[in-house]
Amino acid sequence: MNSNFSITLLLFCFALSKPSVAEEPVDFARDIQPILAENCYFCHGPDAKQRASDLRLDIEEDAKQSIIAGDANSSELYSRIRSDDPDEQMPPPDSHRSLTPDQISLIQKWIDQGGKWGQHWAYKPIVKPVIEARNAIDFFVQQQLHQQGLEFSPIADRRTLLRRVSLDLTGLPPTVEQINTFLADTSPDAYQQMVERMLQSPAYGERMAWDWLDSARYADTNGYQGDNERTMWPWRDWVIGAFNDNLPFDQFSKWQIAGDLLTNPTEEQILATGFNRNHPINGEGGRIPEENRIDYVMDMTETTGTVWLSLTFNCCRCHDHKYDQLTQDDYYSLFAFFNQTPVTGAGGNAQTAPVLSVPDQPQRLQLAKLKNELSKFESEQKRLIGALNQKQNDWELAQTKQLQETDTWSVWHPESYSAQKADLAYSNDGSLLTSGANPANDNYELTGKSDLATIQAIRLETLKHASMTAGGLARSNSSNFVLTDFAAYLIEPGKPPTRLPFKKAQADYEQTGHGAQLAIDANAQSGWAVLAPDKNVQREREAIFSFEKPVTLSPNAKIKFVLKHESIYEKHNIGRLRISLTEQKNPTLAGDTKQLLAALQQPNDSRSPAQLKLIQQKHFESDTDYQTQATKIDSINSQIKTLAKGYPKVMVMADSPKLRKTYRLNRGSYEDPLNEVSMRVPEMLAALPENITPNRLALANWLFSVDNPLTPRVSINRIWAKFFNTGLVKTLEDFGVQGEPPSHPKLLDWLAAEYRDCGWDTKHMIRLILNSRTYRQSSHTSSHLLELDPDNRLLARASRFRIPSWMIRDYALASSGRLVRKIGGRPVNSYQPKGVWEEASFGKKTYRQDSGDALYRRSIYTFWRRIAAPTMIFDNADRMTCSVISYRTNTPLHALNTLNNTTYVEAARLLASSVLKEKLTDQETLDKIYQRIVTRLPREKEIPILLAGLAHDRQQFAANNDNVISFLGVGDSPVEPNLDPVELASWTNLCIAVLNLDESLTRQ
Amino acid sequence: MNPHEQQKLHSTRREFFGRTANGIGSAALASLLNRSTLAGERRPDPRTGGLPGIPHFAPKAKRVIALIQNGGPSHADLFDWKPKLAQMHGQPVPEEFVAGKRFSTMTGKPDGKLMLAPIEPFHQRGNSGAWVSDMLPYTASIADELTFLKGMHTDAVNHAPAISFLLSGAQIPGRPTLGSWMNYGLGSEVDDLPNFIVMTSVSKNTTCGQIFYDFYWGSGFLPSKHQGVKFRGSGDPVLYLSNPDGITREMRRGWLDNIARLNQMQLEEFGDPEIATRIAQYEMAFQMQASVPELTDLSDEPRAILDMYGPGVEEPGSFAHNCLMARRLAERGVSFTQLMHAGWDQHRSLTTEFYTQCRDTDQASAALVMDLKQRGMLDDTLVVWSGEFGRTPFIQGDINNRKQWGRDHHPYAYTTWMAGGGLKPGLSYGETDELAMNVASDGVHIHDLQATLLHLLGINHEELTYRFQGRQFRLTDVHGRVVQEILA
Repeated sequence: MNSNFSITLLLFCFALSKPSVAEEPVDFARDIQPILAENCYFCHGPDAKQRASDLRLDIEEDAKQSIIAGDANSSELYSRIRSDDPDEQMPPPDSHRSLTPDQISLIQKWIDQGGKWGQHWAYKPIVKPVIEARNAIDFFVQQQLHQQGLEFSPIADRRTLLRRVSLDLTGLPPTVEQINTFLADTSPDAYQQMVERMLQSPAYGERMAWDWLDSARYADTNGYQGDNERTMWPWRDWVIGAFNDNLPFDQFSKWQIAGDLLTNPTEEQILATGFNRNHPINGEGGRIPEENRIDYVMDMTETTGTVWLSLTFNCCRCHDHKYDQLTQDDYYSLFAFFNQTPVTGAGGNAQTAPVLSVPDQPQRLQLAKLKNELSKFESEQKRLIGALNQKQNDWELAQTKQLQETDTWSVWHPESYSAQKADLAYSNDGSLLTSGANPANDNYELTGKSDLATIQAIRLETLKHASMTAGGLARSNSSNFVLTDFAAYLIEPGKPPTRLPFKKAQADYEQTGHGAQLAIDANAQSGWAVLAPDKNVQREREAIFSFEKPVTLSPNAKIKFVLKHESIYEKHNIGRLRISLTEQKNPTLAGDTKQLLAALQQPNDSRSPAQLKLIQQKHFESDTDYQTQATKIDSINSQIKTLAKGYPKVMVMADSPKLRKTYRLNRGSYEDPLNEVSMRVPEMLAALPENITPNRLALANWLFSVDNPLTPRVSINRIWAKFFNTGLVKTLEDFGVQGEPPSHPKLLDWLAAEYRDCGWDTKHMIRLILNSRTYRQSSHTSSHLLELDPDNRLLARASRFRIPSWMIRDYALASSGRLVRKIGGRPVNSYQPKGVWEEASFGKKTYRQDSGDALYRRSIYTFWRRIAAPTMIFDNADRMTCSVISYRTNTPLHALNTLNNTTYVEAARLLASSVLKEKLTDQETLDKIYQRIVTRLPREKEIPILLAGLAHDRQQFAANNDNVISFLGVGDSPVEPNLDPVELASWTNLCIAVLNLDESLTRQ
Repeated sequence: MNPHEQQKLHSTRREFFGRTANGIGSAALASLLNRSTLAGERRPDPRTGGLPGIPHFAPKAKRVIALIQNGGPSHADLFDWKPKLAQMHGQPVPEEFVAGKRFSTMTGKPDGKLMLAPIEPFHQRGNSGAWVSDMLPYTASIADELTFLKGMHTDAVNHAPAISFLLSGAQIPGRPTLGSWMNYGLGSEVDDLPNFIVMTSVSKNTTCGQIFYDFYWGSGFLPSKHQGVKFRGSGDPVLYLSNPDGITREMRRGWLDNIARLNQMQLEEFGDPEIATRIAQYEMAFQMQASVPELTDLSDEPRAILDMYGPGVEEPGSFAHNCLMARRLAERGVSFTQLMHAGWDQHRSLTTEFYTQCRDTDQASAALVMDLKQRGMLDDTLVVWSGEFGRTPFIQGDINNRKQWGRDHHPYAYTTWMAGGGLKPGLSYGETDELAMNVASDGVHIHDLQATLLHLLGINHEELTYRFQGRQFRLTDVHGRVVQEILA
């Protein structure tokens, strides 16, 4: 303590003796602009409405009017900020803003030094500094440390490094095998190899994906009232896979913003666009759809602005930006890119089109199985076809002969005919044509004799005619008809007509729900109709009605047919018809037969393609083996179709074919449009290239063009923050003038340029960072460093921070050995106290805890209900809007969670079980547990504390068997039967404690 | 030294170092290390965790109990007595009252809607003569204690945005709510309980579909430790409060001591003040495990008090129970208690469920005020009773079908009441027009209400800010007027 203190003092004095501020050139962008932005821009900044005077301090030409370069004392700006006269003083007293004396003296120095203007650092082109050091990161960090008289901390010990890298890259602790491998590896590049192994682990993608899901406001429900369940998780799995495949970040981004607009996009590229459909959907009753739609488009706009540009666009919904040179027009011009969505904003459908169906793993397996069977059946069919083709000629001859002999229909010529409303006209071919009135419903009566001795069946042909709608079958809107009743009567002189009942009706085509049978049923409104799915009714159709008993006509007898059209569909009356009779029992439909006969009679080389097809089809169908095979194929195809109906539907992006106009909205209100705007990027940044169609793809390409310095800086800064807990720019979400300047500007630019120039290779950048000396330092803090740099911005030590809650859970499960290493799939419901969903939704949503392996999946697969987030997760982004920053707070509630949550208690038991099975001494058991949780062995001074705790619990548990039983009963997994329960309970409680050590919860 | 004090010591030390660092180094270092103060991250007060300089002036109230009535209670049926509305029953709404106004899509254009008289009689109450409907006999009986804001108005016409607006000053979810702002600014005086507590309830068998979203007590961009902690109506009041089955409090105590010792070694090795915070955090968790059950155990409440809050007071999850809990929390120093009772959305249930709503909330609301008063706590406790909006004075539904009478959402005027610290009791402030449709005078906008609440807590609403996305955010956005007229 004493020596520490004197070193502190010494360094303190040393620091004081360093050159003062005055001698260093003041940098406008770094030192002055933040002061002006904070204190002056509200009234003297970009927002035209708020501007109190003509003076703008955000524009060089304007601002220079208020300063005299090299002479602060004569400059108005300086005298105003120094004044204490309330009328003169700036900022004015009622603004609640004021400058510190340090800030005032900085401005004085800046003016005295010439008042040189400079562009805001973030918008400057990236210039990659040329250096000769082996590792650029260490070069720049060390350079700055040396300026402060500091050195790097020593390199952390190997166990710490292993655990650090493992947590940072996989979110999991190293396994005992990984520890042993690494410790045993004495090669000079052992560390680099270890980093490489971690980068190749599939857990890497899961770890990286979490932050991306936070920024994408990913959830498994809509949010709001109803909170309907969605199926966006195939997109989540795509993100994990993309990280694991190291998809270059520019591709990764472009696909998500505009994959649908790429030329011939793959399914994967379309799936990626689910990114911007992850926003909440408000299905609350009474909401105006357009209001919702505008909300959604704003969300897409702002999310894109935050994720790739770190610009705070949301300020500009209602007005020009107060600090950055972003106007409300800029906002709505960016909004215009996303405003082309076909989404209307109506309703709370959690699969609102456009959607992409993506099978899950079991479905994929099922599909593969079906396709496999299909191809087997199809090849068998092919073989059969080959054989059939051999016999084609023989079949044709036989078939022709048979058909010629079996055409037994004779056309019936009525003697009298009438319609209730329309006119009927007879033609010599036996057909009757309607004309004249075209009523909603009409009935026909036809009467006549027949020469046939016995009549077995009637054939009704409906025929095309030019006077019908579209030259089809009727004068209805669709040219379809509905024959609601067809009846036959025997008329003998002196007797009342006798109804002749039909046995069955069949037709060569029946519209779904409109079979021919319905024309002879008791229902007066149902009937036979022929509208095909392609809406085509220009094909002639026929129906056959078979009598229950053969009908014999005496010479004076007549037969009467009544056709009724009494459906609710207006004018659906048959337009032209013909009736034929047959003596043949069970006649078949003739339509095809006729056509087939005609085709067969045609010489082979003059047959039309349709005729060739028909002959072949009839030939094949006549073969039973072929029929069986065809039925199997049909069945498989229909199974595939049914399967596809159950695929998860991922909401994806698309643009409406017609350009939607975009307007600036007064105060962001959907109902108050102002001037029209077009798709363009903010004016303060480089414009989109000329000669291209502005759309989302153009925007995505622009983000990654060399003219845009923001995206490389913003994205590498976020990568950096994963490994140092803070970005080089601390404000990960804001690179505007109100954001914080980078702690290491040159390093930021070097990394940004490297990221861009290496082809956006994320793993390459991570290798650079993790292999640096800077990263490998120890995280021990001296009181001096704590004093000088409490937030570790200078990086004279490694960062030390609590791991996020999702990682704590994964960590505990992994330590226990029970973590299920399955990647992707439908979200799961793990342990959660009863009633949380129910209470949040008034019982409308019931929580159904999963069982078995589903309880032990990584947290990223946990079902995220937006109105009631999983209770095991704390301190996380709320997944309502885009979030790129994470908070780490410490409240007692977190401690209660990790001490008492079933997940942790059970994990502790499973960990204890697996170690106790080895039957070791207490000391050895403790060693194993420590290795698995904190990657190291317990220290000498720690052991007595732990063993005393253990002894105490042994005593307690031994005295109370009920407690042992209840404690071991926590969690679904069975209790290891071959262990002493008291031992297991005592060690379990010890494991809970070790899992809750600061060191366990911390990445250091 | 107990871990708590130790943590305070560390924070103080850190404070000191944080300040001294400002004075040294080159411009670049100054610029870098000063940034945290420039960037608005003021270091919190070590004792309470509140911000230095806050309260800005002497507070009138130390704590708030908000009785949020979700769904939009009908002001014209409860507080805003308009003889003309009764006279005009069944007549079409005069156009000038609704011209240019936007209603929910359920109403659409208000043209031709028929006026609906209050469903029960009103009377003037107490010495103040405030009008309160017979629907609320208990509230009526304490009218002289209450301050009625009869010219409340809001910007939002649907539930979730309107409740967000009331509680966070913005219609879009994701901004810090009132309780979290208060927690952030003033910090906490309690060690063993959360300082911002939420309890929800709903009348039994209601058809109401409004959900309690957790962003109603979210901390938005403020650190999440400032978010409200929801006490649940079933199971542990606080999630994961109970030890695992079979672990006694004594066993837990033993291990927490061991963890603290091991963490202390870690602190000595790494020197990271976060470790001291962790030690304190685990100790507080242990305290909370004792204080919460003690809090929720009503066996020390005399029968007379239980009866005062009315039926249901002993059923966790009821509004009456929550009101009694709110008093107990106030006694223990909790700063912000937010009760939310759903079911006030009478689109078709004004002659049915509306009665249940009143019955389930009236007695306990009044009891809470009087119970605080008899304990001398009303002087520095602020009770606020408010919906997110009012309901249309015209009918929703068929005037000939009394069973299904209803009213739609109405943002243009409604009534809120407050009681306690720093207010003029028995005052009715503000007026609507003769049909209770629009504010006629002394309107109070949501942001004004928020500014006034903060003012009573000793906070200048323009100066309680947080830097996020490059902007200083505050509860009242760029609006808000302290309603001086209602202050004592």
